[in-house]
Amino acid sequence: MRHDQMLGAMIANVSRRHFLTGIAAGSLVLAVGLPVRADEMKYAGEGMPHGLRDDPKIFIAIAEDGTVTVLCHRSEMGQGVRTSIPMVVADELEADWSRVKVAQATGDEERFGNQDTDGSRSLRHHFLVMRRMGAAARQMLEEAAAKQWGVPVAEVEAVNHEVVHKPSNRKLAYGALAKAAADLPAPAPDKVTLKDPAKFRYIGKGETPLIDGFDITTGKAHYGIDTRLDGMVYAVVARPPVFGGTVKSFDDSETLKVPGVLKTVTIDPTPAPAVFQPLGGIAVVATNTWAAIKGREALKIEWDDGPHGSYSSEEYKATLEAAARQPGAVVRTEGDTDKAMAGAAKRLEAEYYLPHLAHATMEPPAAVVRIVDGKCEAWSCVQSPQATRDNLAQRLGIPVENVTVNVTLLGGGFGRKSKPDYVVEAGLVSKAMDGAPVKVTWTREDDITNDYFHTASVERVEAGLDESGKPVAWLHRSTAPTIVSIFAPDPKHEADWEMGMGLVDMPFDIPNVRIENPEAEAHTRIGWFRSVSNIPHAFAVQSFAAELAAAAGRDQKDYLLELIGQPRQVDLRKLSVAWNYGENPEIYLLDTGRLRGVIETVAEASQWGRTMPKGSGLGIAGHRSFVTYTAAAVEVQVGEGGALTIPRVDIAVDCGPQVNLDRIRSQMEGAVIMGVSLATLGEISFKNGRTEQTNFDTYEVTRIDAAPKEIHVHIMPASDYSKPLGGVGEPGVPPIAPALTNAIFAATGKRIRRLPIRDQLAT
Amino acid sequence: MAYTLKINGTDHTVDVEGETPLLWVLRDVLGMTGTKFGCGQALCGACTVHLDGTAVRSCQTATEDAVGSAVTTIEGLSPDGNHPVQVAWREANVPQCGYCQSGQMMQAASLLADTPNPTDADIDSAMSGNICRCGTYPRIRAAIKQAATKMAGAQ
Repeated sequence: MRHDQMLGAMIANVSRRHFLTGIAAGSLVLAVGLPVRADEMKYAGEGMPHGLRDDPKIFIAIAEDGTVTVLCHRSEMGQGVRTSIPMVVADELEADWSRVKVAQATGDEERFGNQDTDGSRSLRHHFLVMRRMGAAARQMLEEAAAKQWGVPVAEVEAVNHEVVHKPSNRKLAYGALAKAAADLPAPAPDKVTLKDPAKFRYIGKGETPLIDGFDITTGKAHYGIDTRLDGMVYAVVARPPVFGGTVKSFDDSETLKVPGVLKTVTIDPTPAPAVFQPLGGIAVVATNTWAAIKGREALKIEWDDGPHGSYSSEEYKATLEAAARQPGAVVRTEGDTDKAMAGAAKRLEAEYYLPHLAHATMEPPAAVVRIVDGKCEAWSCVQSPQATRDNLAQRLGIPVENVTVNVTLLGGGFGRKSKPDYVVEAGLVSKAMDGAPVKVTWTREDDITNDYFHTASVERVEAGLDESGKPVAWLHRSTAPTIVSIFAPDPKHEADWEMGMGLVDMPFDIPNVRIENPEAEAHTRIGWFRSVSNIPHAFAVQSFAAELAAAAGRDQKDYLLELIGQPRQVDLRKLSVAWNYGENPEIYLLDTGRLRGVIETVAEASQWGRTMPKGSGLGIAGHRSFVTYTAAAVEVQVGEGGALTIPRVDIAVDCGPQVNLDRIRSQMEGAVIMGVSLATLGEISFKNGRTEQTNFDTYEVTRIDAAPKEIHVHIMPASDYSKPLGGVGEPGVPPIAPALTNAIFAATGKRIRRLPIRDQLAT
Repeated sequence: MAYTLKINGTDHTVDVEGETPLLWVLRDVLGMTGTKFGCGQALCGACTVHLDGTAVRSCQTATEDAVGSAVTTIEGLSPDGNHPVQVAWREANVPQCGYCQSGQMMQAASLLADTPNPTDADIDSAMSGNICRCGTYPRIRAAIKQAATKMAGAQ
């Protein structure tokens, strides 16, 4: 079951009034509604809970002074969506960027359509919708001007924030036209004319400054943790150190003596599957965060660890390995793999292990909630504003229409902030404090020990090669605890939407293929982490491809391209792929030509094949994820004692037509560094059910000194805006780890099969 | 107990325990939220401020120890938001989520005050205490060099 279907089921019974008011009081609002086309149902944005809304009345406001305000209903977490969405509207609207502002939508999917900011789909799903709204508004402004002048609408044209009548050289500013435009009937959907992309002013043009850039660089930007309300109190929560644990008993007598501490509040645990509801524990409420932290240190709690108190990562790794060495549920099969394997000239096998990861967003989870006259209002850094609203309503017993979720900037998201358990905690503590505004802050220790962790996996791959070293059979068994475990009791298999991330959709042209998913149990909270299951799947597939190349005595890049085969366009359903990132498989095909293209691009940029000094090497990997194609060539230098430096990374991305080039570039730069971080350092391990890491001293992340010295981003040109868009936020991560370890193999002959690399190069 | 702190040129009297980290006085007591909480252990640099011009981690600076020093936060780095570091940060579109950038800029401003023309090694050494999970390091490096050029040109 897809996670969005699960979410959809959770919120299916919720009905809300559809308010039709403008977003900015006093603004003149354009009224036009364009119904969603029925033949677009099921996939893309329409396939998401609450689908799409494309009513400019809701998303665009033009004030009398001409200021255009665009509502952003997606959460800003560094991907630049608060800049990119207004850019698209402004371009179609022929607005002057310097007069465009952005406002942030509250959580309300009946009104705004789906707001889950995840899955690398904000622009993929909303590019056309935003264009249509901007264009509809532009046409209404033109029509209003034509009426006022008494001339045919064909004689007028909107140009840079005014409508121009060329024959008479008359002009009317947008602000002066907004009221008249709003009174006009909406253009019929088939009468909305999109701009000729050749005339785009902002889309695909590059250097638009960040809309929040000034606020961020002056300390004025408002993140969830920065919210302040009159009379606000501060809380931290002591949560069970083991997933599923509960408070057996506690003594808060010393806590209540800490200066500034006001009260302790018990938060009941949520029975599994808890979805996005809190873990439970004891909240300490105080007059400031520090007093709350000191108060929590003074708490004496006896925990019942529950069923997962013996969770140990070393043992669990062995359990996964044993599972991967036995047949599992077959999720794709072509030809006769067993027969081909038996008849192969040479057989290879390898097992890869990737540990749990914590998101460690620089802004830890934080939320402010107050309850006044039965109405709940929240301010928080959330990727899922509607789920936040629904979970608050459900847990507090307040009708959802009486819950308002204000979305702040997010100090990082990476999937952690799709799960609003921290907002519900603030709601429960506020309720216990008679509705007073309560800020719940997670300390870094809370964040790292009680995250919704990235899954841990064992990936076992076997291949049979013919006499020439070409593979004739491929068997991949992937075993990992599933994210479904937070939604359903004891699932044992990865979901379609996890296996569709680089496992079942394995792109190689091999006649006999079998892919299996043996069982795995979850013993901690598992959640989406940027790129999700693409991380282990791409690591295994792209590492093993390089191992085969080495076994065949071939160049890694040439062999990889041969594995991918000649350019072809494949309907993924023919490969038994049940989930194509929510996209229509007839529109978003597996295009091996595009995969080859990004690989060839980074090969050329990195001067693949050049002679490298001793201890240096180049590695390459390519991957399709979030319907985008990426490849990386990583150059490493392994020095004395295994010291690893990364002089250069080239990354190429083919995401189809592009909106905000600077943010595509920055997402790729960031993805390279996150990929290096998880490959070299990232690991959450459990012992006695508890994480062995607590803060950045034990859960290490890449710092500036260990980051690649140069990152070169290559965006594949795509000027045809009728083509579908791909994702950008996540696809950069998956190829980095295998390209890096392939480079280490090239430099040293040492094959890394267990992440993180950490000190494996020292021996 | 009452302590008087000089922050961005203005005296503020606060009534807190003397051991309370300056970070929480800034954020919770005085409402100056530009200084960020990241780890509470001087491991990430998000809370970096200047104490008499030198970068320190405010999560590890006790209020009682800040008395008598000039505290500068991101809100006071420049009167109009146009310190060369801030300008360079905007010109390079450095921030992604932006959360760590207050600390990054305070650290960078301190580095440039001491080392007007920093080498890559100087930047690595000064900036390694500041974590960015979004991975803006290449742009931070470029922006520091750009700010250095701006500052040299202004002299």
